[in-house]
Amino acid sequence: MSISAEEELYDYATRPARVPDPQGDPNIDLPEETRLNLYRRLQELRQVEKRAYDLFMQNLVKGTSHLSLGMEAVSAGFGEAMRDDDYVFATYRGHAHTLSKGASMEAVLAELLGRANGLMGGKGGSMHLSDAERGMMGSYAIIGAHLTLANGTAWSAQMRGSGQVTICFFGDGTTNIGAFHEALNFAAIWDLPVVFVCENNLYMEYTPIDFITAVSHPAADRASAYGLEPIVVDGNDVDAVYAIAKQAIDKARDGGGPSLVEAITYRSGGHSRADPGKYRPAEEVEAWKNYDPIIVYHQRLLARGFSEAALTEINNTIADQVDRATEGAKNGAQPPLESIFTELWADGGSEWRN
Amino acid sequence: MAELSYRDAVAYGIAQEMRRDPNLVFLGEDVAAAGGVFKTTVGLLEEFGPLRVRDTPISEQAILGAAAGAAMTGIPVIAEIMFSDFLAVCFDLVANEIAKLRYMTDGQVSVPMVIRTANGAGSRFGAQHSQSVENWCMMIPGLKVVAPSNPADVVGLLAASIRDPDPVVFFEHKSLMANKAEIPDGELVDELGKATVLRTGGDVTIVALAMMVPRALAAAERLAEHGIAAEVIDLRTLVPLDTKAVLESVERTGRLVTVEENPRLCGWGAEIASLVAHEAFWSLDAPIVRITTPHIPLPAAAILEDGTLPSVDRIVDTIREEWA
Repeated sequence: MSISAEEELYDYATRPARVPDPQGDPNIDLPEETRLNLYRRLQELRQVEKRAYDLFMQNLVKGTSHLSLGMEAVSAGFGEAMRDDDYVFATYRGHAHTLSKGASMEAVLAELLGRANGLMGGKGGSMHLSDAERGMMGSYAIIGAHLTLANGTAWSAQMRGSGQVTICFFGDGTTNIGAFHEALNFAAIWDLPVVFVCENNLYMEYTPIDFITAVSHPAADRASAYGLEPIVVDGNDVDAVYAIAKQAIDKARDGGGPSLVEAITYRSGGHSRADPGKYRPAEEVEAWKNYDPIIVYHQRLLARGFSEAALTEINNTIADQVDRATEGAKNGAQPPLESIFTELWADGGSEWRN
Repeated sequence: MAELSYRDAVAYGIAQEMRRDPNLVFLGEDVAAAGGVFKTTVGLLEEFGPLRVRDTPISEQAILGAAAGAAMTGIPVIAEIMFSDFLAVCFDLVANEIAKLRYMTDGQVSVPMVIRTANGAGSRFGAQHSQSVENWCMMIPGLKVVAPSNPADVVGLLAASIRDPDPVVFFEHKSLMANKAEIPDGELVDELGKATVLRTGGDVTIVALAMMVPRALAAAERLAEHGIAAEVIDLRTLVPLDTKAVLESVERTGRLVTVEENPRLCGWGAEIASLVAHEAFWSLDAPIVRITTPHIPLPAAAILEDGTLPSVDRIVDTIREEWA
């Protein structure tokens, strides 16, 4: 890969566009109910993320946020393929994964607003959504470490013979940090029931992933180093994601050990709240906008005979839920100041001296 | 009563707890088949089998991550980091994940795990295998920090650390490994956050930790010959901190000396000094004195390494000079 004059100036927007390359099989055989569930999940994630964006624009959410708009099919497909007691780990871009595991919309939105009725009572914020009761073991804001934590819950399930699988989501940028490699080797040698899911949205924050990675598939091309099969899936095709998720999760549950899945997708917006994403070629952004996972799936469902009315009803039902959740979140009390000093230790307190 | 070395006390303590709790597991580099590079874990693989005592690759992040993840699901775990210097290799796990998991999730998860690690100088290993880094962990909210100075404390405090529902970093001192002492029969379980007054005296309070404890005791013996009655406190745990024991002692003696193996800046003694200056100021008859390793990396040659660490001579001379 040679570096062009433009790239020397880091003008990534002038690089050739990387456009969608649909890989999924539109005729994949799935029960109707599963398809509707997948559609419902996509809509839930989309509408909550849009609402989160709106709340940011109204300056009601402080700090930062990283949205999964455009990338919902990955968490929707995996969410549908999981068992309720499976474990999930996500990154700072974790709203969708948390919702996919069944967390309440109101508790998620209230956490973004920093309210007492938030998932973690305001202690975590957008980048640390967790719902351990539902197996959502947390969102982690420093790249890499949570892959090693995922091995731990998988090891626990293996020791207990519980049949639980751990699904660990991360971005393409994570594949270049040491913990990724430590975690994959470790999972492989211990045959851990864990599925590592790389959401390759083509950009490591503001830099094209292929510009700073030695291989073209940042996750899949590394799989063989750990004795794993290279798996690439169209991350904007929720059917394809669901099929591969089911396969990898079933394999882990049956004692077949870890998998590494690379789902190719694209975020509609910038990396975070502060980023307009101008480093991306305009035609690339446009091409992915047209290959939006909801557009793709909506068209497919209509082609398969689902009625527009039925889908619209799902949309409307979810819109009502999101409105109610937003109200509940906005009406949440501010967290009590005493909570600053709670839950450092298992005794509920934070004392360091006698 | 059985006589045990500090080294053997480690395996003794782990075995005591693994017999009690069938869920307790242990992982680390060379801990199983080899019995640990300091031979602190000999016999555990044979007694508890390869599913509970597991060798790992040189992957400190993966070791601590696996331990913490399992602990989050309620499985108690002991993880060994071979040398405490290597905590820097996995400090993201130590400082950003393990320490913060409970608070960040508002109590949704606990992390019942112990990180055991070989700490301290005296082995002529040079700058990267000799550091005293307990202060690195003391400064992170969410970690408990333990550093025993004798075999009975190794067993009792290790048991207490393993039974503690929060993450504990347990510093075993390399230069104390050969020290032997009688261990009481039966189950031995101590308490975190309790310092021990090892010698009473009315003239000066010497607060020490780990390898500095036997040195402080030897110094106190010599000071007695010079008519100075030193009280020696073994802190044993830095978090929770037994501030009561320190304050009560200083209120009686009016003088405080800390003996620290860590380099000068931000050593644990600075925190003790600040505390005493604030809360026992009117009891003080003299300035607080900190005796530490100088603020340098550790050299390897015996004469140089010995020259950097607080020695019995240095403790005695410093105290005599300060209050001649």
